[in-house]
Amino acid sequence: MVSAVFHSPLETSIPSPVASSAAKIAMKKVAVSTDTARATGQKDAKQNSHKPAYDWRGLWLAVLPPLFGLGLLIGVWALVSLGTSSSIPSPLATFKQAVVIFSDPFYRNGPNDQGVGWNILMSLERVAVGFGLAAAVGIPAGFAIGRFEFLSRMFNPLISLLRPVSPLAWLPIGLLVFKGANPAAIWTIFICSIWPMIINTAVGVQRVPQDYMNVARVLNLSEWKIVTKILFPSVLPYMLTGVRLAVGTAWLVIVAAEMLTGGVGIGFWVWDEWNNLNVKNIIIAIFVIGIVGLILEYVLIKIATAFTFEEVKS
Amino acid sequence: MNENQTTKFIDISGVEQVFKTKNGPFCALQDIHLTVAKGEFVALIGHSGCGKSTLLNLIAGLTMPTQGHLLCDNREIAGPGPDRAVVFQNHSLLPWLTCFENVYLGVERVFGAASKSTGTASENKAQLTQRTHAALALVGLTPATQKRPGEISGGMKQRVGIARALAMQPKVLLMDEPFGALDALTRAKLQDELLDIVSKTRATVVMVTHDVDEAVLLSDKIVMMTNGPSATIGEVLSVKLARPRNRVELAEDRHYVQYRKAVIDFLYTRQSHVEKAA
Repeated sequence: MVSAVFHSPLETSIPSPVASSAAKIAMKKVAVSTDTARATGQKDAKQNSHKPAYDWRGLWLAVLPPLFGLGLLIGVWALVSLGTSSSIPSPLATFKQAVVIFSDPFYRNGPNDQGVGWNILMSLERVAVGFGLAAAVGIPAGFAIGRFEFLSRMFNPLISLLRPVSPLAWLPIGLLVFKGANPAAIWTIFICSIWPMIINTAVGVQRVPQDYMNVARVLNLSEWKIVTKILFPSVLPYMLTGVRLAVGTAWLVIVAAEMLTGGVGIGFWVWDEWNNLNVKNIIIAIFVIGIVGLILEYVLIKIATAFTFEEVKS
Repeated sequence: MNENQTTKFIDISGVEQVFKTKNGPFCALQDIHLTVAKGEFVALIGHSGCGKSTLLNLIAGLTMPTQGHLLCDNREIAGPGPDRAVVFQNHSLLPWLTCFENVYLGVERVFGAASKSTGTASENKAQLTQRTHAALALVGLTPATQKRPGEISGGMKQRVGIARALAMQPKVLLMDEPFGALDALTRAKLQDELLDIVSKTRATVVMVTHDVDEAVLLSDKIVMMTNGPSATIGEVLSVKLARPRNRVELAEDRHYVQYRKAVIDFLYTRQSHVEKAA
């Protein structure tokens, strides 16, 4: 349930900015120290010889394999395009179309014809609102369920029953209750992103090490200090995992929800382009959805690692 | 009364501890009678699973006995409190706080609020900060004040744990195998530091250990426990070695060797059936 906390293929595929900037600094230092070595003589020269050579192999490994992977994708795509006699457009044609689309991402020609920028922003807004509501409800609920066994036994059957339901099954209920496409889409996002947050927060609260609670008891800390100094920091990594899973699911679901509800949004755009039989734009949309999802995930992993502390080992 | 307070500072009488388990009740401790005088250093020693830590948790008030009474300073022990500070085996520092903040947390609780029972007024922030720095200085950790537990060594973490306990100026210092997880050299160093600190602060200490040398070197009284289940106190050995003690000189001391032999004899000759039973 709380699977591999912050592992992500991202960390291996994207060369870490920290590492590369550190390498830059190291190179600068080498340059500086060679200057000073000339000026001050042997002492600095000795230090200089300890500087390791630039790690070319690491650079190759960071850059080449991902490029090969991308190359493979484009190669297969090109073959498929040739095989279907261009009913699937070729990579080059799609790229040219993408340049056209992204040269003017924020145009507005009526409600059903808007730039790709607007579509992405509208989708992100729905995700943000739905996810924000889910966080506002789910995280406190997770704390309560984790802290009190009664509540946990009360809600566990409900969560087990409702969690496996496809979020889209909730869309008609949303349409019925809220009588509008946009609130119904937000409702769908809400319902699909609330479960990971409730479950992970509750598990985090249940897994606060007993040692820490013993410390709190021996020091006789106030309830406020227990929550702020012990419970919250130790639950935070679990909570952020829940948030990350929730945002990931929300981004998956918004595309499907928008296909059904219409309006402005990346999912609707895909569907609209399918009705226009504009396959190039569909492929572009797939890339855009992937890249936005990647960025969301990357940002959340960065936040999560910043708030994760080394577990105290015995 | 006055005499009672000094010789029976901690008074444990007829204590029994039974845990409920899936396989029915499990009697961990039985018929424990023990007194600890003020300023005394007592070591609890025994094989693992003999209930040493259970007894310590009872004194700490983290668990309640199923039978018997525990008194500390003539008051029933009804729960954990800062007057009986605990140094945990795995130090239990909060990894998101710096060493300073870890110690400050306890200091703030004890001295930051006005105390009705002792009639002391609350101290201001500068005084609290000063107390914290003094405690860290006592264990030689002034340079690591602003580091987090993840950035310092195991020995240093354990010292922060000791500083946190000492900074609260507890009536009793309870230590649960405080140096068990450390390498032999670090352990020896911290034992010497502890001897030094205890002689300075004249603290009452109850320490759980499984290290015979540690017990003889540090304590005034060694409480040897029989094997569980239903463990009890097998023998109490008074260690009458002059203080300050020096480990190098004591290594050849006739009395030291005798005490050591007595403990080893108890543990490995009379209470050696633990492996066979298990």
